[in-house]
Amino acid sequence: MSLRVLVGCKRVIDYAVKIRVRPDKLGVVTDGVKHSMNPFDEIAIEEAVRLKEKKIAKEVIAVSCGPTQAQETIRTALAMGADRGIHVEIPAKEMEKLEPLHVSKILAKLAEQEQAELVIVGKQAIDDDSNATAQMTAALLDWPQATFASKLEKTDGELEVTREVDGGLETIKVKLPAVVSSDLRLNEPRYATLPNIMKAKKKKIAKMKPKDLGVDLASHLEVVEVVDPPTREAGIKVEDVDTLVTKLKDAGRI
Amino acid sequence: MMRSTKVLFSLSKNGFNKEITPALTRLQSTAAQPAPAESKPAGKEKKMNKEVKPSLSFVMNMFRGAAVTDQAIPYPYTLSSEEKETLEMLVDPTEKFFEECNDAMKNDAMEKVDETTMQGLREMGAFGLQVPAELGGVGLNNTQYARLVEVVGMNDLGVGITLGAHQSIGFKGILIAGNPEQKAKYLPKVASGEQMAAFALTEPSSGSDAGSIRSRAVPSADGSHYVLNGSKIWISNGGMAEVFTVFAQTPVTDPKTGATKDKVTAFIVERAFGGVSHGAPEKKMGIKASNTAEVYFEDTKIPVENVLGGVGNGFKVAMEILNNGRFGMAAALSGTMRYSIKKALDFATSRTQFGNRIDTYGTIQEKLARMAMLHYVTESMAYMISSNMDAGSKDYHLEAAISKCFASEAAWHVTDEAIQVMGGMGFMKESGLERVMRDLRIFRIFEGTNDILRLFVALTGLQYAGGHLRELQQALKNPAANMGLILGEGTKRARRAIGFTKGGPIEGVHPNLSESAMLLGRGIEAFGYCAEGLLMKHGKNIVHEQFLLNRLANSAIDLYAGLVAVSRASKSLTENLPSCTHEEKIARVWVNEASDRVQLNLTAVKSSVSQSNFKDLASIAKDLCDNGNIVAERPLGI
Repeated sequence: MSLRVLVGCKRVIDYAVKIRVRPDKLGVVTDGVKHSMNPFDEIAIEEAVRLKEKKIAKEVIAVSCGPTQAQETIRTALAMGADRGIHVEIPAKEMEKLEPLHVSKILAKLAEQEQAELVIVGKQAIDDDSNATAQMTAALLDWPQATFASKLEKTDGELEVTREVDGGLETIKVKLPAVVSSDLRLNEPRYATLPNIMKAKKKKIAKMKPKDLGVDLASHLEVVEVVDPPTREAGIKVEDVDTLVTKLKDAGRI
Repeated sequence: MMRSTKVLFSLSKNGFNKEITPALTRLQSTAAQPAPAESKPAGKEKKMNKEVKPSLSFVMNMFRGAAVTDQAIPYPYTLSSEEKETLEMLVDPTEKFFEECNDAMKNDAMEKVDETTMQGLREMGAFGLQVPAELGGVGLNNTQYARLVEVVGMNDLGVGITLGAHQSIGFKGILIAGNPEQKAKYLPKVASGEQMAAFALTEPSSGSDAGSIRSRAVPSADGSHYVLNGSKIWISNGGMAEVFTVFAQTPVTDPKTGATKDKVTAFIVERAFGGVSHGAPEKKMGIKASNTAEVYFEDTKIPVENVLGGVGNGFKVAMEILNNGRFGMAAALSGTMRYSIKKALDFATSRTQFGNRIDTYGTIQEKLARMAMLHYVTESMAYMISSNMDAGSKDYHLEAAISKCFASEAAWHVTDEAIQVMGGMGFMKESGLERVMRDLRIFRIFEGTNDILRLFVALTGLQYAGGHLRELQQALKNPAANMGLILGEGTKRARRAIGFTKGGPIEGVHPNLSESAMLLGRGIEAFGYCAEGLLMKHGKNIVHEQFLLNRLANSAIDLYAGLVAVSRASKSLTENLPSCTHEEKIARVWVNEASDRVQLNLTAVKSSVSQSNFKDLASIAKDLCDNGNIVAERPLGI
């Protein structure tokens, strides 16, 4: 049984960039800032490609929602081994208001259209940290979900997934088709090699708009304010534990 | 000079008549005289009798006092939109690889490139960047290659040399001079990095004087193979290469005269042919991660199919290979300078002394600005040359030589100044600059020492100018057919003699830089005048006047540097790039200072004080060499 796998990959501000809040305090500066694929999505793509290499998957489709530059993200996925891409075109202005619910609707529709049997996404994006897309996609499709996956194995018609939870590790079995979200320790993504990047140029990327999938991008959330975290204040050294306790009491902490 | 000019001036006024003969003899008496052909820079036979082939090279034409800017203005951009897109896709992964999978400090300490990194580089495709995709490479053109090599230069020069010795020179010969069978046989394995390649030219007694190598390859009786014997030193990748491009003397029989003499031939030699061994890795000042070793060939049998570029053409092949790869050095070193400058900037903008951030002090500001100027010029040269090459130009070897000289000296100076800006911190290993400094030293030495390259630029340019001079002389023999040339030359020289500058600024420059264009135009004219003067005065003997040639070369470097800076800044201004004002300042200051230096150097070529200095300098050197030690008596007498 060979699966068709749909993988969502988001183009986010690169993890190494120093983030600056926009003057209007409604977001962060994105113009001219280095972007790359969400690290958890790289892990998702890597897992899907490994499934293909183990002959468990037969096709890996990389999906990204965003402006033209989202194609760079898809190309990276293709260079890592995905077979083809789907670019859901959303202009930069509307990207700011894109919510996990919208993306989940898009992914759910695509999963149905492409007859995917497995949807893998990163557990969360490093820009909004929502940690909601995988769950909502599963709900919309009425498929089982296995989130925070740190290990993935296929048994007959089922997936055995080890999840990272607060208390430790939990192993569950989910029936296919299913939605999985990848956690940090699931795998270590390969580097896109230059020859593979060149080969990826020949792979197809289909383009479509959200309305082609019947998805409407009306907002349900409103960003009220975006501010820097408070600057860290200096600490004070105390002589002994008693002074420490007194100071903590004075500060109302205990 | 004045006399002949006066005659020509009267020539142009009175038309051609009896005055021609005196002009002719006058010119002939000061023209190139037969001189004993002695030891010249290896193999660069300066035959003043060569025919003049027109060249689009800016540097070549400078020697005629002409500003030929076809290849320079506007600043070339030859990447197609697809090539640009491809390049954009390649830069980030390459940067990421170097940041995450390469530890330059570790490579330096271990004196080898970590095996995991080597494997990663193989998988990355880093070993065959310019090999066509059909043969297993990435198929990049020169400009794309330059951009990626910049990333390498920014991160680890030791790895840079390992990669460069392999593909920029190691198997480049097969790429540019190989026949289809040789390409199909060797390129796939070297492109994948399965086999390493090396360039084996240098020998203990033959460095700059490459034509004097002693390795010999003797053809077998049945003509099926050659037997190679010889030893090569300082071969990068020598200890790991499976495929060598080896240069050796081969007996070549002239079909017409029947005389046999030795000529250098290039061969593709596999370690597997037998008789190939190597010495222990050399302990070096820098680029320690790169393997450098002696390579010995003892009765190594080379099949005749492995002759590269034709029997007897070895020297030409060697020069072509080196020429072809030179732009890569300027590109890599731009990356290195970017790294050093960033370190300096990070420090200068955070360090406070005497109550102020040190970047508010003029001393530091000058250092930082000059570092950025040197980087700007180097980067501009690298991409101008790579673009010219991609556009199919064959006239780039002087520019390439200049770029190598400039880049290697600029990078050394920039990194040195970055250490200075950082003070004591710069001297510490953890700051990451001392390793770069050590790595950079070799760049002024290998792939053609900067000293040789300066002489090469000066002499090749003079040869070209000399050719034109002869053309003029010949025109004077037949003025009726060549009136245009004579009149043109006549007016030109007359104006110069009177002191009128041509009044011609370089054309095509943005109005904001018109003054710089004017300075460059004048500089070029003065340069051409000086070059011509040297030829008139010394003729073929100019080959021996290295004190003068070096000054000429330095002027050429300054003028070409000025041109590239002005060209690139003009383009930025025309396109209204965000950094155009910043670039304009850089270009303007550069040209202002360069034109002063050019004036100084050109004056030194002619002034009697300088000539006297040079004589004294040569004499001081002789005393030192005769004495084998410092000559001056100790001040204390003890």
